[in-house]
Amino acid sequence: MTQTVAFQLNGHGVSVPNDSGQSLLHLLRNTLQLKATRMGCGQGQCGACRVMLDGHAVAACETPLWAIEGKSVTTVEGLGNRSAPHALQTAFIEEQAMQCGFCTSGILMSAAALLLRQPRPSRADIVQAIDGHLCRCGAHNRVVRAIEKAAARLAAP
Amino acid sequence: MTPESLKAQPLLRQWLGLGPAGQVQAFSGKVDLGQGISHALRLIVAEELRLPPAQIDMVPASTQFSPDEAVTSGSLSVQHSGSALRCAAAHWREACRQTMAKRLGLEPSAVRCAGGHFFAAGDPAGHALRLSYHEVSDHAMWDSAIEAVHAQAPHAAMDLIHWATETTPVRPDVTAKVFGEFEYIHDRVMPGVSHPMCHGRVFRPGTLVAEVIEQDMQALATNLLGTAGVLKVVRDGLLLGVLTETENALDAIARKVEAGAAEGQFWRCAAEVPDPLNLSSWLKTQAHETTVVADTSTQTKSNNAAHQRVVAEFERPFVQHASIGLCCAVAQWSAQSSAAHLEVWSHSQGIYNLRRDLALAFDVPAEQVQVSHVEGAGCYGHNGADDVAWDAAWLAQRVPERPVRVQWTRQAELGHAPLAPAMVVRIDAGLDEWGQLTDWTQTVWGHGHGTRPGRGKTPALLGAWQIADPAPVTLAVNAAMAVGGGSERNAQPPYDVPWLKVINHRVLNMPFRVSAMRALGAPLNVLAAESVMDELAILQSQDPLGFRLAHLPGSVHARAAAVLQKATDMAGWTIARTDKRPEGWGRGLAYARYKNTGAFCAVVVELVVAEKVKLRKVWIAADVGHAVDADGAINQLEGGALQAASWALCEAAQLSPQGITSNDWTRYPILKFSDMPEVSVALMPDADYASLGAGECSSGPTCAAIANAIFDAIGVRVRSMPFTPDNLMRAIDNDYDSDATIHPSTS
Repeated sequence: MTQTVAFQLNGHGVSVPNDSGQSLLHLLRNTLQLKATRMGCGQGQCGACRVMLDGHAVAACETPLWAIEGKSVTTVEGLGNRSAPHALQTAFIEEQAMQCGFCTSGILMSAAALLLRQPRPSRADIVQAIDGHLCRCGAHNRVVRAIEKAAARLAAP
Repeated sequence: MTPESLKAQPLLRQWLGLGPAGQVQAFSGKVDLGQGISHALRLIVAEELRLPPAQIDMVPASTQFSPDEAVTSGSLSVQHSGSALRCAAAHWREACRQTMAKRLGLEPSAVRCAGGHFFAAGDPAGHALRLSYHEVSDHAMWDSAIEAVHAQAPHAAMDLIHWATETTPVRPDVTAKVFGEFEYIHDRVMPGVSHPMCHGRVFRPGTLVAEVIEQDMQALATNLLGTAGVLKVVRDGLLLGVLTETENALDAIARKVEAGAAEGQFWRCAAEVPDPLNLSSWLKTQAHETTVVADTSTQTKSNNAAHQRVVAEFERPFVQHASIGLCCAVAQWSAQSSAAHLEVWSHSQGIYNLRRDLALAFDVPAEQVQVSHVEGAGCYGHNGADDVAWDAAWLAQRVPERPVRVQWTRQAELGHAPLAPAMVVRIDAGLDEWGQLTDWTQTVWGHGHGTRPGRGKTPALLGAWQIADPAPVTLAVNAAMAVGGGSERNAQPPYDVPWLKVINHRVLNMPFRVSAMRALGAPLNVLAAESVMDELAILQSQDPLGFRLAHLPGSVHARAAAVLQKATDMAGWTIARTDKRPEGWGRGLAYARYKNTGAFCAVVVELVVAEKVKLRKVWIAADVGHAVDADGAINQLEGGALQAASWALCEAAQLSPQGITSNDWTRYPILKFSDMPEVSVALMPDADYASLGAGECSSGPTCAAIANAIFDAIGVRVRSMPFTPDNLMRAIDNDYDSDATIHPSTS
């Protein structure tokens, strides 16, 4: 096994020691101090820790470090920021699409991955793409509305 | 009227202050639980001070400086903290206005407040005068007692001429959350080079009463001591604590211990498990404390003459909080002036209550304990937040000066937090020959709904019950009826009934810890009452809406009737149905006034019953009085309804003698995105009425409207939550010889 894992993180090249017992979630949160990816269950059941890996949404808690070698990881910190927000972030603010917001980071990444592969998703496509995410506060409809809004804006000529 | 919170904390400086950069600071004892309450409070302060909301800094609560407002619960934050802050801000505004007027020899009405400044007409030379809060405030002002009269000062209305607040100020935390900037308790890293933060976890049996299997436990402790990254292994009573340098090291340990415990290693547990298929008889055969909640039977004549009766019984299983985040806390012991000092960062609902019980548990004066609130994931009642704070404080004793962070695992989150109590409700109601209610007897069996800390002589913290020298397990009690009660919450129907009797039997045997969950006893009491109202209406061949309105006559019930009208208007209730409605299609209506004193809420549900119940649409009309943050209130009403829909359709804790076995998301499923109905919410424009909390009023009516819609769809009364395919089948099977007995005309 190689000593380090090299990958792209939010557009920057990163090389970290290959700790075989470590998940991508721990690497992000504890080693790299990128805290926006949430720990919800550690079993890939709730969606709170999803990030994009080469454009696909994956559960960071179940992603071992070897699986990211040479790949591109995007977290909420790399999705956009206040001066250059992603359309999803703008729409989530406009729709106030959360209550506690703990599930939001993961949903944003699944939605971003959906919009990459399918720029004009139907409502059913959106629901299917985020159905693996649990929300306990009942913000579901706002979340779906926000994603629809962002998709419409991104698809507009 | 002086708000409750002001009575104990009467001084201006206890609620408001000026920060180092001149910004206004507002202090509240109510905390953000994901409901966005600090935003609503910010809007209140901004409105009274005539300042843009962005200029108000809501300071997260801490026992160091915040007013003690006990627990953030019961949909009371706007009522309690909001009214206190409104009085405080108005008092400050008027004190500044008067000070400025006095300096200039003017009447207060000649000074106008706008945009955070006080303006007076020009002096004789024609110079307009303009002073800020900062410039007018003096020391004496901060120490003055708040007079609760200034919000309505007659000249205050002048301030608001030409005053426009931002149209829809958004929650600042929402913005921080979508950009990944927000710091939850889980993200807190304590600075400190000489005493870096370390990580801990406390392993415990799945039940309140257990025995340690000494050989297993000793072998585990020895093994852990030799594990890389382990700093300390602590044993005390039933508990095994582990401290490590990194969080990563804890995960492998947790997997090993939790898997072993699931196989019966480490602890011998033998909790009594109520039979889930016979919960009702278990609850009824325990020892009880019986109270009469309401009784008008002595004032009116007996109910024997009823023309028609419905007698029916309803039940709810034990339910779980199931927050998406995990309980987490950081604690640090330090020696200050040779006295032990404990500092805790927690997402507790009640920082002062937690401080009190931590002081009891660790035998230090409360003044030497400081608890600061840091937001966690959504909180819907008494979860494990206080318990994990004890865990962190207990472990931190072993590493003085080092902050210790403890985060529960998903298994602990679902396996060790208090359950929402199971309940049974029986209703016996009669109608006279004109179809009016003659009598109503509602009887409740169930545990108390509170084992919160901060209320007893001994600490109500899970860990304190499990050490070698344990504090006694505190039995769940109900809140006083003055604040809405617990299991008996909403056990009085909201309708006019001449003869009323409400009895509560509090179960005194608690094999599994139970405590408060959103709306307490209201969901089942409302489900029961509103199912019976439906049943009575159908007996009378009356429309469920008309039947309800007939029992809500006159101006005293105007607000109730209005939400019923509104919700049914939105749903097109009175439009004649087509005969071609799809198979299994149904709709139902329900209404309640939360706690009988809070917000008014009516819900209409449309659904389809196939192999399972699929919700299609939900319409909610609510009267929360003056809505401070209308969008926040709507969000809470919808969220409360969808969470209640999840309780109604799929949730039941699974119990075994070893503990709660529904301890992951496959075994405790909640409603998913694809299960969710469309929701429409209308707030009644009742700005003239006092604000009422919005977070819990939609729960009961939603559960009940679902049950009524299921009856409408398939002609079967579902009386046992959750309305899963299994329970639907049972209801269909029991339909002929059910616990419900309907007595048609006896004449």
